[in-house]
Amino acid sequence: MTDQPVLILGGRSDIGLAIAHRYADLGHTVQLAARNAQSLSQEKTDMELRYGVTVSLHDFDVLAPDTHEAFLDGLPALPQIAVCAVGYMGDQAESQRDPAAATLVMRSNFEGPANILALLANLFEARGSGTLIGISSVAGDRGRATNYVYGAAKAGFTAFLSGLRNRLAGRGVHVLTVLPGFVATRMTEGLDLPEKLTTDPETLAVAVARAAEKRRNVIYVKGVWAVVMLVIRNIPEAIFKKLSI
Amino acid sequence: MKLSGWGRYPVADCRLSAPRDAVELRACLDAGPGIARGNGRAYGDSAMNPSNTISMRHFNHMIAFDPETGQLITEAGVILGDVIRTFLPRGWFPPVTPGTKFVTIGGMIAADVHGKNHHCDGSFGNFVDWIEVIGPGGEIRRTGPGEALFEWTVGGMGLTGVIIRAAVRLTAVETGWIRQRILPAPTLAATMDTFETAQDATYSVAWIDCLSTGARQGRSLVMLGEHAALDELPPRAARRPHGPPARRARTVPADLPGFVLNRAAMRAFNALYYRNGCRKAGTVHVGWDPFFYPLDSVLGWNRIYGRRGFVQFQCVLPLAESYAGLSSLLDAVAAAGQGAFLSVLKRFGAQESRFSFPMEGYTLALDFPVSRRSLAMMERLDEITVAHGGRFYLAKDGRLKPNTLHSADPRAAAFRAMRQDTGLVREFSSRQSERVQI
Repeated sequence: MTDQPVLILGGRSDIGLAIAHRYADLGHTVQLAARNAQSLSQEKTDMELRYGVTVSLHDFDVLAPDTHEAFLDGLPALPQIAVCAVGYMGDQAESQRDPAAATLVMRSNFEGPANILALLANLFEARGSGTLIGISSVAGDRGRATNYVYGAAKAGFTAFLSGLRNRLAGRGVHVLTVLPGFVATRMTEGLDLPEKLTTDPETLAVAVARAAEKRRNVIYVKGVWAVVMLVIRNIPEAIFKKLSI
Repeated sequence: MKLSGWGRYPVADCRLSAPRDAVELRACLDAGPGIARGNGRAYGDSAMNPSNTISMRHFNHMIAFDPETGQLITEAGVILGDVIRTFLPRGWFPPVTPGTKFVTIGGMIAADVHGKNHHCDGSFGNFVDWIEVIGPGGEIRRTGPGEALFEWTVGGMGLTGVIIRAAVRLTAVETGWIRQRILPAPTLAATMDTFETAQDATYSVAWIDCLSTGARQGRSLVMLGEHAALDELPPRAARRPHGPPARRARTVPADLPGFVLNRAAMRAFNALYYRNGCRKAGTVHVGWDPFFYPLDSVLGWNRIYGRRGFVQFQCVLPLAESYAGLSSLLDAVAAAGQGAFLSVLKRFGAQESRFSFPMEGYTLALDFPVSRRSLAMMERLDEITVAHGGRFYLAKDGRLKPNTLHSADPRAAAFRAMRQDTGLVREFSSRQSERVQI
């Protein structure tokens, strides 16, 4: 096949790695980007052995937007598909107490991802092809007391992706928004997640690659989440404010 | 969380952690005596410790492969099916494989698994060049054949430390196809004769109808297999030298109610299976997946035994006692009428090891839905096994009594003594090791 490199931003996260495995399995060259990327050499070796593809490692700090252009210049090739799996949930109680903690959550989930995808979008638009995949969250569909700082940042990211998609439609660039519900990852380890609403990174990765292939716009990985969020979005605010969900 | 083995019996509340690296793993071990768990395919409670069960699923990286020798270095949590998927297209196959590909490399070493080629090649431990084990104090030690730590760890059920990496030699194969020959055998004696005359076959195994009685007792379908060469494949198969495309796995959607697998249904199934096998007797080429892993195509097949789960009984009897012992075992099963769905008989070759299961003779594996009656009958099977000098496979066990294990296998006492002398007994334990006192 013609080589279509896939860039994974957040290459250390469970979701990012699972998507990297999926695309490597499909024969793509993979560019894993994360802080301290050299420590991912074990992942690189494993993927190269399993799938016989080339995997390269790239230092990337989502919180340092002024380095993003240089980061993209340093890639061995402009990717055909770029996946942003960067995410940081933080702790809601801490975010409420400490504005700096809240800022970190918002910068990690919105400002940084939006910045790097904006640069990629321009490069893809100039080339006239490419796919941008943003891993956002159902938490962005409506702010809830238990995680609204994270939710607000994800809401911003979701809106940003939707705007990019609107702008780039007809320009050969596709944008896929992924709204996973609960995913069993390091981020959710120790939380008691309901089995029927929870997916694993590998299942998510297969769904993401398929959705990108079919040029879907927005996916909930588990269909049941579309229903759950439809209900949650439509509860009148007067009632919603009194609920604890 | 509630945890069980593949048989879904026994079930226990276990504290389960899933460390990501050696540092986190050491922290888990510091929390008190624990046991490593692979993919949960041991049938009973081998990989369960209520206070400290350590999932090795994050230790799933392949590290290196040498295409000259076939040596694969991996972390212990790598799944066998992934090894096949990766290396069969390059002409390599696991040297020994159990009846499911959903096991981890670490689990295969800990249980020293055997396959249909045991009479030729021995158990999996024969193909392990070295292992790295985290023992007491968190020190990582690399050890190989001939060294005490290695010899005790292969077949040591995870009770000598946590296996974190291993170097395993794969076997070169030309294709992913198996030339299979099915030989129906109408009696137990005929079945054993078939095995004895088929000692040259690379793979041999028999499905045995453990519900037929009288003149038909022990009737079997003996299946022999050889790795097929490329030039012997029929044209259709030759187009896919690595085997047929993966079968779409079906899933058992829910626990079947207990009455579905009643005696009459089991009997009918067994009779049909035997007749069907007789009809298909002869030589055919089949893919590696249906040949080695017939049950893997039904995901969650353990649910067919219902909510209460099932127990496996697997023993091996020394060669000289095999006929008498197997006859008594089949008598006892038929008398109790506790049908086993798919019962498997296999001839083992000679094996000397510290604590591994296999020895020269015949091994019989049966499964039964859990009930008071079946548990009582299995104790009867235990007695017969002990009386004939046989022993038990711990990877299948969830119910053996300590005195049964120790009277069947004097090596259990030596294993226990070694664990006490080296302090391992305070560091590594499973629900099973506590139960059978090893």
